[in-house]
Amino acid sequence: MKFDNIIIGGGLSGLTCGIKLAEQGRKCAIVSSGQSAIHFFSGSFDLLNWVSGQVVENPLEGMGSLPDTHPYKRVGLENVACLAEEALLLLDRAGLDFSGQANQNHFVLTPMGTMKPTWLTLGDFTCFSQKETFPWKQAVILNFTGFVDFHTLFIKDGLAKFDVNVQIKNIAMEVFEAIRRNPSEMRSTNIAKKFDKGTVIEEFAQKVNELGEGAEVVILPAVFGLFNKSVAAELKAKINKPVLLIPVIPPSVPGIRSQILLRQRFQELGGTYLLGDNVEEGTFENNRLLDIKTKNHGDIKLKAEQFILTSGSFYSKGIVAAPNKIYDPIFGLDIDGDTDRAQWFDEKIFNDQPYMYYGVKTDKHFRALMSGEPIGNLYVAGSVLGGANALKEGSGAGICLLSSLHVAAQILK
Amino acid sequence: MKKEKFEPFNISDNNFEQCVKCTLCTVYCPVLEVNPDYPGPKQAGPDGERMRLKNPGFYDESLKLCLNCKRCEVACPSGVKIGDIIQAANIKYSKKGPSLRDMILANTDLVGTLASTFAPVVNSVVTIKPVRRVLDSVLKIDHHRIFPKYSGERFETWFRKHAAAKQRDFNNHVSYFHGCYVNYNFPQLGKALIKIMNAAGYGVHLLEKEKCCGVALIANGLIKQATWQARSNVKAFKKSIVEKGMPVISTSSTCIFTIRDEYPHLLGVENKEIRDESELATRFLFRLIDSGKLKLIFKEDYKKRIAYHTACHMEKLGWSIYSTSLLQMIPGVKLVQLESLCCGIAGTYGFKKEKYNTSQGVGQPLFDQINNADVDFVATDCETCKWQIEMSTAKKVENPISILAEALDVEATMELWQE
Repeated sequence: MKFDNIIIGGGLSGLTCGIKLAEQGRKCAIVSSGQSAIHFFSGSFDLLNWVSGQVVENPLEGMGSLPDTHPYKRVGLENVACLAEEALLLLDRAGLDFSGQANQNHFVLTPMGTMKPTWLTLGDFTCFSQKETFPWKQAVILNFTGFVDFHTLFIKDGLAKFDVNVQIKNIAMEVFEAIRRNPSEMRSTNIAKKFDKGTVIEEFAQKVNELGEGAEVVILPAVFGLFNKSVAAELKAKINKPVLLIPVIPPSVPGIRSQILLRQRFQELGGTYLLGDNVEEGTFENNRLLDIKTKNHGDIKLKAEQFILTSGSFYSKGIVAAPNKIYDPIFGLDIDGDTDRAQWFDEKIFNDQPYMYYGVKTDKHFRALMSGEPIGNLYVAGSVLGGANALKEGSGAGICLLSSLHVAAQILK
Repeated sequence: MKKEKFEPFNISDNNFEQCVKCTLCTVYCPVLEVNPDYPGPKQAGPDGERMRLKNPGFYDESLKLCLNCKRCEVACPSGVKIGDIIQAANIKYSKKGPSLRDMILANTDLVGTLASTFAPVVNSVVTIKPVRRVLDSVLKIDHHRIFPKYSGERFETWFRKHAAAKQRDFNNHVSYFHGCYVNYNFPQLGKALIKIMNAAGYGVHLLEKEKCCGVALIANGLIKQATWQARSNVKAFKKSIVEKGMPVISTSSTCIFTIRDEYPHLLGVENKEIRDESELATRFLFRLIDSGKLKLIFKEDYKKRIAYHTACHMEKLGWSIYSTSLLQMIPGVKLVQLESLCCGIAGTYGFKKEKYNTSQGVGQPLFDQINNADVDFVATDCETCKWQIEMSTAKKVENPISILAEALDVEATMELWQE
């Protein structure tokens, strides 16, 4: 089976890369071993939130102080602003309505009731220009009776620091009672599926308006619009005051919707999305990857001119830690990381953990190294790249989007 | 360049330990949404397995609401065999044996033999309303369900009479696992396959002894019989593949999925020697074309708009690309790829009175998609999807092989390799 480009990994990086290449007329396939981490998406993409524990106001400026091994530095600071702009447009073409700027972080209200800096925020959620104040003094948090993935008390406690008077109330509706019969399944996506049908919105909005009387703002869990993308907007239009949606414990409804829209955009451009398949090995010749073998396709190998590895970090098994080694389970590529297990961890869990920086080693063109030699047509992008602690920096999505667009540009050159 | 790999030793066969509790499987479970009595793939699968290992009393009969669509496994980023865990639990722990109805529905071979013998009578009797009411109240087969028609002449009979002799004229040979549906209900599909394979230069042969793949037996708890049939089939496949060097192809995605994956995973029937060379006909053809060994020529005047529906087991196999690629080779075909969703029938599941509503509820989003699609008909590789879609939508359904056979220019295709 022959393609121009094959992308290994179907998450944010893989889809970004795939869409960009397919938009330029490349025949692409994405092989994904299962559904991706976009399903845990909070609603905002971070570019650079913190450097040395300090909030970054202007991520483009903040990148200057990053080490040279950081993916942003390797992409080139001169390219970053342009790629960031491109990412926003690419998301927009996929039907994802994000707002934000790379030279000015905004803030979002977290499920802990705190303000967090971020780069791009999905239209469902509310952006704040600064973190010291909250625009309203009377808020009501409404939850679904029996829904335990939305922690209202954390939000209330957090908002108390902004001198906000918060009331917490529950909404019960017959339509949700059926899901509650099975308490472990009273989850965000199952609630969202009821709203998707469109028949519940009216009654729900009415209840929100009744219970929200006296408050200036209504806070709701972000469980609206799974397969039907207009639910959140329809609901907001029916509620008589500002509505703040707050992310809940995964699965994330806006996240799954985002994944579906990106995947559909890729497919509409002619891309082939192979879900639930695993790349098992590759055939290499003269430092080039000729084809890959997958679990589902066996002896029918997948061939391409260029391959892009966007298989994620430890969580997605893009790299794997065994008792005494860290390795890439697909090709056995070189790993940028310590070989001595004792150096992997800092025993204080909240410290800057060394293992977070580990990833597949590449040359300056983002081509993977194998036994020290670059594989000429195997590129690496996203979290499987080493060199950053995405958690400490708040840079995970930014690295995925920007490195993927950068690699796609290298291939298109 | 030696690849390093570390395999933990404490992972069980159905690897429930590798579940990281991410809940993604529950998002894609088609049953959970329409029937809250089902605990969902995470609870029924890896979570429940922990409990059942401690105390089998934690097994719950509601696990039988699982359609075995395996969409949870396709979604799982950790590779946990969620569907297998659930089916294996039904096999291991269920105390409720199959009812008379379940035995009738599961024994497709026996029922097919009887029904096709009296096909004209059976076909008309099961359409009579009072008969369906009786089936509904006595056997608990839902009266809404439309039965597949039985064919008066079985495929095997037709093959021996009209096709067997000339199959020796070819240089290349394959065996055909036709399955119960082709044999008893729809011999046209088997004939279409022979037409294509012969045009491609392949002689088609029956297996020495073909038994029903047993998928319905597994689903209905008739495990002993399923295991016996599986062993018999593996033996027949071995004879063809290992002894005669003839790969086995099929036109049913579920039969082939069962033989490749459910035999070892659920029945413990080893199939390593035959697995790689047991496949769908569309995959076999695709490989030949992809490697430049075959070219199919299609009629210029075949013009159709077709929607492709990915059957659940095709989704799990990852093989729909073979069928859609072949269909797209027909110049006059405009293919619409439907969003991959379960049709809800799950073999015998949708026939059962207590599950009928769940079955139709699961299928509704797919039915809506199909009813809204501007196409001449639907293509799918699964026969029970065909029954379900034809019963529940206004569209007819064809197997890709039937479509290819109709569009194929046999003489032109044969000329290419005869030269």
